[in-house]
Amino acid sequence: MNPTSTSNLDLDTRQETFLDANELIINMGPQHPATHGVLRVILKLDGEKVLGTECVIGYLHRGVEKIAENRTYTMFNPYVDRMDYVAAVSNGLGYCEAVEKLLNVEAPPRARYIRVILTELNRLASHQLWLGTHALDIGAMTPLFYTFRDREEILKIFEKYCGARLTTHAFRIGGCVYETYDGFEDDVKKFLKFVPPKIDEYEELLTTNRIWLERTRNVGTISAKDCIAFGVTGPVLRASGVKWDIRKAQPYSGYENFDFEIPTGQNGDTYDRYLVRLAEMRQALRIIDQAVNSIPEGPIMAKIPKVIKPPVGEIYHSIEAPKGELGYFIVSDGSTQPYRVRVRPPSFVNLQALDLMVRGALVADVIAVIGTLDIVLGEVDR
Amino acid sequence: MPWDSEMVARFKQRYGSGIREASTYLGQSYMIVDSSLIHEILQLLRDDEGFDYCVDVTAVHYPQREQQFDVVWILYSFARNLRIRVKTLIHETESVPSSVDLWVTADWLERECFDMFGIKFDGHPNLKRILLPDGWKGYPLRKDYGIIQQDKEWVQINLGIESGQ
Repeated sequence: MNPTSTSNLDLDTRQETFLDANELIINMGPQHPATHGVLRVILKLDGEKVLGTECVIGYLHRGVEKIAENRTYTMFNPYVDRMDYVAAVSNGLGYCEAVEKLLNVEAPPRARYIRVILTELNRLASHQLWLGTHALDIGAMTPLFYTFRDREEILKIFEKYCGARLTTHAFRIGGCVYETYDGFEDDVKKFLKFVPPKIDEYEELLTTNRIWLERTRNVGTISAKDCIAFGVTGPVLRASGVKWDIRKAQPYSGYENFDFEIPTGQNGDTYDRYLVRLAEMRQALRIIDQAVNSIPEGPIMAKIPKVIKPPVGEIYHSIEAPKGELGYFIVSDGSTQPYRVRVRPPSFVNLQALDLMVRGALVADVIAVIGTLDIVLGEVDR
Repeated sequence: MPWDSEMVARFKQRYGSGIREASTYLGQSYMIVDSSLIHEILQLLRDDEGFDYCVDVTAVHYPQREQQFDVVWILYSFARNLRIRVKTLIHETESVPSSVDLWVTADWLERECFDMFGIKFDGHPNLKRILLPDGWKGYPLRKDYGIIQQDKEWVQINLGIESGQ
């Protein structure tokens, strides 16, 4: 199947009366609990069958890129947490690393280890939130309580580390501003023992659950070729069989020191994406385990000037966020404020594939596919 | 620092001064090409050089320059594990050819560029605003658009309030 663009939806032709209308155009959202925020999807239906969709986005647009141009590099740092607010630590890591690259400095080893631990904890938290809400959308209510119960432990570690649970602002340009608190390593190690049986519990609830299989297998299938054409990254791409992860392909923040695998799927359907994300949770734990046991001593902040003025030039730096490739394209004109900051949001690009994934499917599958894409509207709209 | 590679040499031989610059900065390579050649070069990069993944399409506004806009394509090749940028410079009134026929993902990315900068992409199947409402006037990411500026008329008509601030 050729990838088709989202734009060939003919909204103007209507049937004469409702009775002879075999095509129906309805709105899903923007106020709908299953669209994970303020996403409006216009559906063109033939009975239960989806003939086409069009996404209407922008309800949460705050002009993050414009704000960046009017703030200094340091002042903009907390704003990035408000894009993908369930994986704020990853956003911060991407931004700090991009500016560090522009300044040509590198965070000290200890800071990089702390960053890896927190980022991977955040990946786990993001995937847990995804699993809970996705399962809830499909009709399984229990996983939500299980995942939120366990995610709480991660948020407690964040709160103890930097005082915030969600929009953490944990990192600064040049390293970390907070040294780990007393008992940080014990807390993380305790968590590493606590969470694997809990992931087994999620699997017990869902992996061989007949209803779950019926609702997810062969639903929202996307091929590797289409994924690449649509620029889809992250677990969605890997579930289609492409073994690609920026942590391996172009390692950053010391990921080359850790031993982990890239889980992949074969069919590219909703079930495979579920399996890939669960496997990623376990891989995240592996990375945290290695990092927390070999965390080096030393400074946590690189020597950077008080006033950050990167030389004239531009940089594109991207990291593997829980949702896919999160990139920052920063242009510096040599002043204290960035000339342009462009955020390449994984959710925005992945959402574009929705139309292809649900064409010919049923209305109920649209809910499953929106869930499996794992979008955060704060990041889609910025 | 100049970007020396076999691929760049081939392009330079073929297009001469159409490739205005090919450089590497902080380990990242980019080239600036003539806007009349941009589509052809992007197609060559995709078909012959293996840049099968279009990471991003974006723009930068330089109001004091004669050619006000940089339009930037960020491309990645899975086979080479290489990320490059291709840039072209255009006047305010000029348009650039759309790359939706090369990478479907460019659809929304180009729409966002149009929404934020007012850059027109020729051949785009559905070039309309994506983040801002359809009737909005002005292009917010242009440098002459103020940080608290807004389309007052739109706000008053559609939201029924005096100001969105």
